[in-house]
Order: sequence, then structure tokens, then C-alpha cells
Amino acid sequence: MTATALPLTTFEQAPKAHAHTGATKLSVEGLHKHYGEHQVLKGVSLQARKGDVISLIGASGSGKSTFLRCINFLEKPNAGSITLDGQTLDLSKGTPPAAQLQNLRTRLAMVFQHFNLWSHLTVLENICLAPRKVLGISAGEAEARARKYLDKVGLPARAADQYPAFLSGGQQQRVAIARALAMEPEIILFDEPTSALDPELVGEVLKVIQTLAEEGRTMLMVTHEMGFARQVSSQVLFLHQGLVEESGSAEILDRPQSERLRQFLSNRLK
Amino acid sequence: MHDFLTSGLQGFGPLLAQGTWMTVKLALLSLALSLALGLIGASAKLSRSRLLRLPATLYTTLIRSVPDLVLILLIFYSMQIWLNDLTEALGWDYVEIDPFGAGVITLGFIYGAYFTENFRGAILSVPVGQLEAATAYGLSRAQRFRLVLFPQLMRFALPGLGNNWLVLLKSTALVSIIGLADLVKAAQNAGKSTNDVLFFLCLAGLVYLAITTLSNRLLKHLERRYNIGIKELAR
Ligand SMILES: Nc1ncnc2c1ncn2[C@@H]1O[C@H](COP(=O)(O)OP(=O)(O)O)[C@@H](O)[C@H]1O
Ligand SMILES: [Mg+2]
Repeated sequence: MTATALPLTTFEQAPKAHAHTGATKLSVEGLHKHYGEHQVLKGVSLQARKGDVISLIGASGSGKSTFLRCINFLEKPNAGSITLDGQTLDLSKGTPPAAQLQNLRTRLAMVFQHFNLWSHLTVLENICLAPRKVLGISAGEAEARARKYLDKVGLPARAADQYPAFLSGGQQQRVAIARALAMEPEIILFDEPTSALDPELVGEVLKVIQTLAEEGRTMLMVTHEMGFARQVSSQVLFLHQGLVEESGSAEILDRPQSERLRQFLSNRLK
Repeated sequence: MHDFLTSGLQGFGPLLAQGTWMTVKLALLSLALSLALGLIGASAKLSRSRLLRLPATLYTTLIRSVPDLVLILLIFYSMQIWLNDLTEALGWDYVEIDPFGAGVITLGFIYGAYFTENFRGAILSVPVGQLEAATAYGLSRAQRFRLVLFPQLMRFALPGLGNNWLVLLKSTALVSIIGLADLVKAAQNAGKSTNDVLFFLCLAGLVYLAITTLSNRLLKHLERRYNIGIKELAR
């Protein structure tokens, strides 16, 4: 794991800053998901207050991505409930109506492992598409937003007119983060945002995410970067075979209580 | 040039021009119809519902395994028979099917099956992540199609669409047998009247060649347009 070593040293000294306001922003209760006979999530719960950075860790196949994807209905959860700002969606009642679904999705922006930038659109068009077509803001306003967030993720203004395929992986992922920010979402969901990157590009993306954490943005992040998770997380959830095996503050990464988490962590250090 | 057309073609210039126009109109309208049917067919074939997949599969399998000529005759005469039954039942006068409308419907229906296969393959070639991102950002089903899927599938569909368009164009000649005055019919008529069939048929051939050349130009342009943002892998 060369990728882990870099953020460990880079981020060790940075101050933790979590601007909790106490109120629960997102609450997921007893989320279940199965594919046919295969139970992938067996009742996963999570509470995020405003400003929380929650890291989801666990072995490959433990259900981390599925959990994240169920929250914005990229996968259809089978049971449980999702409460965002006091509005509850009961998941056992089937897919919510389109308008409600769209509302939820505009409030939760997603950053994918493989970026998933729209390849036929320029960087600027990628960032402006959903704010214009889904939020309905004007072209001028969308462009202003796009340029602001491009700058925030550390990309030069000239990147705006480039097509994603011509950027490095690190740059593409930063564009994807700018695309998420331009929705001005309440929560950002990250699914292994640095796993598809060459090791030398991991740092630039983590740095952006750290800045967002320091700003007090509420984020849910699936990650294998243990050093980074330790640094930015207000909560860590360890998933094992579709259940939360252990959870708590970032402390649990240093002093795991369960044998499974201990094993998982020691395997990752090898 | 004008002189040549009116006199040089032994007075058959206007007839041939009309025939060419008929062929172009027929081909373009059939193309529009078959593209629409192709997109609908492809969506049906990729649908999760068996109720949609089954008729779409039946449609493409049947149409693609029967010769165009047989289908043209079948569709044209059965349409006329249905129409006769209908007018008789309603006590109306006999209505003859307009061969142009019938030609468009027939060719559109046949090539819709080929375009269905084109579009189906093209849709499957678009990486799923592209659509997932669109879904995750709240785009509606129609927006996902218009803003993400269509512009991306065209890149994969265009080569096949271009091929099928050329075949469709040539198939318009078959429609002359249901009484349409297309380019081939005009050339034949002019040839018979002047005893110079070979000359007029060659001329018709050249007109098809011209249309084909123009189409290829347009296709190249479209291909460039839909390949935008794609980085060719270094070979
Ligand atoms: N679309 C799917 N169909 C069937 N099984 C799936 C599907 N998506 C995920 N799974 C299964 O669910 C389990 C959890 O997957 P995932 O959430 O991707 O794990 P993680 O992100 O923790 O590596 C795996 O066993 C995987 O094979
Ligand atoms: Mg995963």
C-alpha cells in the first residue's frame, strides 16, 4: 500500500475542524439490500450531523458502495428508512415518486471511483449540466458557479474548455468534485475517490477533500486511505458482510475493539 | 447546363429530375421513420419487461430474414386489403393507397428493424457510469436520453447507420414496382421511349452515386462531431 503512506505524512499535522451544529442532517435506519438470494446489506444505520465527515471502511465486497448507492437510489434499497432534514423516506414502500427522488438526488451529490465525467462534454459543460437542467439556474449563473468551484479544486481557468479524456486522473476527479460542489449539495457522497488514481495523483485529490472537510461540509466517504480517514473523519464505520461491525470516532482506527477490525487494519498495513 | 438538361436528355430531363426528387424524398422520409422505429425498437429490446422485448425481437428477426421485395409486396397489398375491408365495413367508397405513403411506411418499417439492431449495440457500448452519473445528479429519464445517452451512442451507431442508409437508398428502387415514379422508373420510361435504355440507366446510376457521395461527406462530418472529446489511443 504505497498510496497510504503518502497521505499519512501529508495530513498528519493538519488541524481537525468539524463544525457540528448538533442537528441530525441525515439518518439512515436499518438499510437492507439484497440481489436475489444474496443479502448484501443486512440493516445498516448511520447518523450524520451537519459538518460530519463519515468514513466507511471495510473489505472489498462488504457492501460499502452498495450502501452509498442505496442512499441516492442508484440501487433500490429493499427495506429501512432514510431521513434527510426531518423528511423520511420509507424504503419498504417501493421507489419514491420521481419528484421526491429528484429532490433527494439534488441534495446528495456523488463523486465516483471512476469519475464518470460525461465524456462528450467539456469540463465547463460537465459542471454546468445538472445545475442548469435539474436545478434550473441560468446559464450565466451556472458558469460563474463552475468557474468558482474549478478554482476551488485547484484547476486553472483554461481547463474549463478541455474534454475530460485529455486530463489526468487527478484532474478529472477534481473536476468531478467541482461538479458535485456546483449542485451546492447538503451532503457529498464519495465512493473510493482515489482508488482509480496513480499513487502520485492521490495526494492532490485528498487535499481538496480535506479542504472541504475543514469548511464543515457534510460528507460520506468510502475509502481505503486509512491515514486520511484518521485525519478527517468525525466518525468511522467499519462494515463487514453487510453489517456495521464497529463504529465510533477516528480513534477506533488506532484502538480497534473488534477482532475483525483489528485484522482488517493490520492487513492493510502490510 | 439548363439547355443540356432539357434538350440534351432528349426532352427527358424534367422527368428524370422529378424521379430523382421522388427517390430523395422517399429515402429521407423512410430514413426518418426507420430511425424513430429503430430507437423505439432498441429501447424495447433492452427493456426489463418481457412484454416489450418479445415483440421487438419478433420484429427484428422476421423483418431481417425475409427479402425486402417480398416484404414490400406483402405490406403494400395487405395494407390495401385491410383498407378495403375497412371502407367496405364502413360503407365508404373504395380508397386506393397512395403509393408514396405506402412506400415510406414499408421502407421505414423494414429498415427500422436494421436500425433497431444498430441502436441496441450502440446503447450497450455507452459505459454505464455515464448514465449512472446522470441519474445521480437528478436528470430525468428524458434528459438522460437527450443529454447523455444519445450524444454518446451516436458515436457507436454512426458507422452502421451509414451503411444501412446506403442500402435503404438503393431499396427505394424496389418501390417502383408498387407504381411509384422514382428515379429508376423515370430512367426506364425515358429509355423505352428513346430506345436508349442503357444510357438512361447509366445516368440513373450516376445520380445514385452522387447522392451516395454526398451522404458519405455528411457522415464524415457527423462522425467528427460525435467523436468530440474522444482521445484516440496512441497506436
Ligand atoms: N448489481 C449487483 N448484482 C448482484 N450483486 C451485486 C451487485 N452489486 C454488488 N453486488 C454484490 O454485493 C456485494 C457488495 O458489493 P459492494 O457494495 O460493491 O462492495 P464494496 O464496495 O464494499 O467492495 C458484493 O458481494 C457484490 O458482488
Ligand atoms: Mg466499492
